[in-house]
Amino acid sequence: MDRRRFVLDSLALPCLAARAAAPDARFTVEARFYEKLPYKKIKCKLCPRECVIDDRERGYCGVRENRGGTYYSLVYSRVCAAHVDPIEKKPLFHFLPGTQAFSVATAGCNVNCKFCQNWDISQVRPEQVESEYIPPRNLAALARRYNCPSIAYTYSEPVVFSEYVLDSAEAGRAAGVKSVVISGGYIQEEPLKQLCRRVDAVKIDLKAFSEKYYKEVVNGELKPVLDALVTLRKQGVWHEVVYLVVPTLNDSDAEFRGLARWVKTELGPDVPLHFSRFYPQYLLKNLPPTPIATLDRAKSICDAEGLHYVYIGNVPGHPAESTWCPKCRRAVVERAGFTVRAIHLDGGKCHFCHQPIPGIWERTSRL
Amino acid sequence: MGMGTQAGITRRNLLCAGLGGAVALRAAAPEKSRVVIASDPALRATFASPESARVLKLLDRAVQSFYAADSPLAAWKKIARPNEVVGLKVNCLSGRGAATSTVLVEAIGERLQQAGIPARNIVVWDRLNSDLESAGFQPASRKDRIRCLGNDSAGYGMDLAVFGSAGSLLSNTLTKTCDAVINLPVLKDHGIAGVTLALKNVFGAIHNPNKYHVNAGNPYIADVNMFPAIRQKIRLTICDAISAQYEGGPSYMPQWSWSFNGLLVARDPVALDYTGWQILERKRAEKGFKSLRDLHREPLYIATAADSAHRLGTNDPQRIDLVKV
Ligand code: SF4
Repeated sequence: MDRRRFVLDSLALPCLAARAAAPDARFTVEARFYEKLPYKKIKCKLCPRECVIDDRERGYCGVRENRGGTYYSLVYSRVCAAHVDPIEKKPLFHFLPGTQAFSVATAGCNVNCKFCQNWDISQVRPEQVESEYIPPRNLAALARRYNCPSIAYTYSEPVVFSEYVLDSAEAGRAAGVKSVVISGGYIQEEPLKQLCRRVDAVKIDLKAFSEKYYKEVVNGELKPVLDALVTLRKQGVWHEVVYLVVPTLNDSDAEFRGLARWVKTELGPDVPLHFSRFYPQYLLKNLPPTPIATLDRAKSICDAEGLHYVYIGNVPGHPAESTWCPKCRRAVVERAGFTVRAIHLDGGKCHFCHQPIPGIWERTSRL
Repeated sequence: MGMGTQAGITRRNLLCAGLGGAVALRAAAPEKSRVVIASDPALRATFASPESARVLKLLDRAVQSFYAADSPLAAWKKIARPNEVVGLKVNCLSGRGAATSTVLVEAIGERLQQAGIPARNIVVWDRLNSDLESAGFQPASRKDRIRCLGNDSAGYGMDLAVFGSAGSLLSNTLTKTCDAVINLPVLKDHGIAGVTLALKNVFGAIHNPNKYHVNAGNPYIADVNMFPAIRQKIRLTICDAISAQYEGGPSYMPQWSWSFNGLLVARDPVALDYTGWQILERKRAEKGFKSLRDLHREPLYIATAADSAHRLGTNDPQRIDLVKV
């Protein structure tokens, strides 16, 4: 398989067909965040789940294994999906609009959302999906070759392949390529701080604003995700928030209002908040797609609470796909689907009224 | 272990089995779930390998008693028909010492063949080839021998099985290769789920067991057992309690293992798990260990498996027909 086919075609459809799972040392590195316990057990300190794992067993994410009391990541450089995507698809709307992100994933995830659209890579073990070996320096080189100013760690959950993210972001930086992380934000503070030192933007999927939903639909917890968002603000890393609106489960006025108030107070009114449309899949096929009126209602509530950049996603052609200047109310980034039609920004300011628009708008190096 | 046909059943074995089985021939109340505990105190001295012939006799006694059959062979013939492919779902993750014993599996393979199932139609399986090998099961090189097959070789189907909180892809060995499965867990403690017995052992049939250990496996273990292929194909559970472990599982911890020298046989996995759990709790108490409830790892999934949403069996001791032979 040549590299171009790999990127553009072959990994679009992850394959769970039978394959011999010869352990491959190239993909195995000692995990960075764990502690050793008696009787060859370990406690993982990467995400709030803090799995305690016996010898020869794996953690909840399925990509980390205890071998004789030493904990290993099995997904270092083990890329099971690689595509060139518009950055708008992540979505990151205030980060190099109109550019492409070289987007990669490994198998595994530390939650199990009932609506996951990528469950065939996120909910499998690395040996159950076809993968390619792409070490960090090659990843940066691939991004440059495909004219991508950024690498996006996405599709599954970058937290569980954080050793690879950390090293790739460093290699990318050395090669003039930025890194963005697309995550559920279920991560402990110390690993998150290490990520913040190396990556340029983070998009957090805030799945709901209630612990009940996190417990029943996500198999995680809300509080650590909110803590992670506050850490991102304190660390000064550009961040945007996506909220997938699932009919009847997280779509009440009270929840939208609570979310808006929390975002405004803890993160500030300039943090972009994207309301995204749900489509039935995986374990949640019994609900209809989100009515567009529900997304409009969510946006109205958040606008009224004083958030400046509230978007609607997965609804191509909706006016709330574009970025509007909060002062003069004119479109400063015009979008249609994932296409950027026009950018009216001068040095990060509104072209029409010179209002500063927060974000990362300029490439720092030419590819 | 390359397994093939071994010595046939002897008249002496038959006689012993018949005599042993006499105890179990009493009729059980029809609504009760039968669990047979067969034991042989002299089967295995601590940490020694059990003797094959004694294991065969114990197995015969257990199975004949469970089916209330006239002979061990008659009992084995009730498990599967000669044209069926029979899977033996062993428990291998923890390697030798805490895995299903090769001697027991050899004995089962021998009896199945005597019941008319060709060796090539018997498949010893678990999640990984490496797990099978670490427990002493070697893939057979000849097609006329019993096969040993990890799911990593056989693969998983693409249809998501869903029940309650669980959604999984199922091993092709379970769904495509086997017509019937004998579940062969080990009597042991589990550091997260409390115990790992019949219900938990089916995690070896799904692609994502790591997702279902939260909340001590409740309700996930019960939910996974509701997948139709699992419910329909598992015909019998023979729990290997020759060597058992009351603490520190699922890894092998010799300091907490003991020779129970027995087998637990049931068709009702809930009744078997309840019975096995009580044995482990009694051993824990005897050794001065806290109960699993006190340690917040009481296997509540056993009760969930018995509830009205699952009805996989009974955890009510009044409704378990416990037969000791
Ligand atoms: S990263 Fe994986 S192993 Fe570590 S605590 Fe989270 S789910 Fe468990």
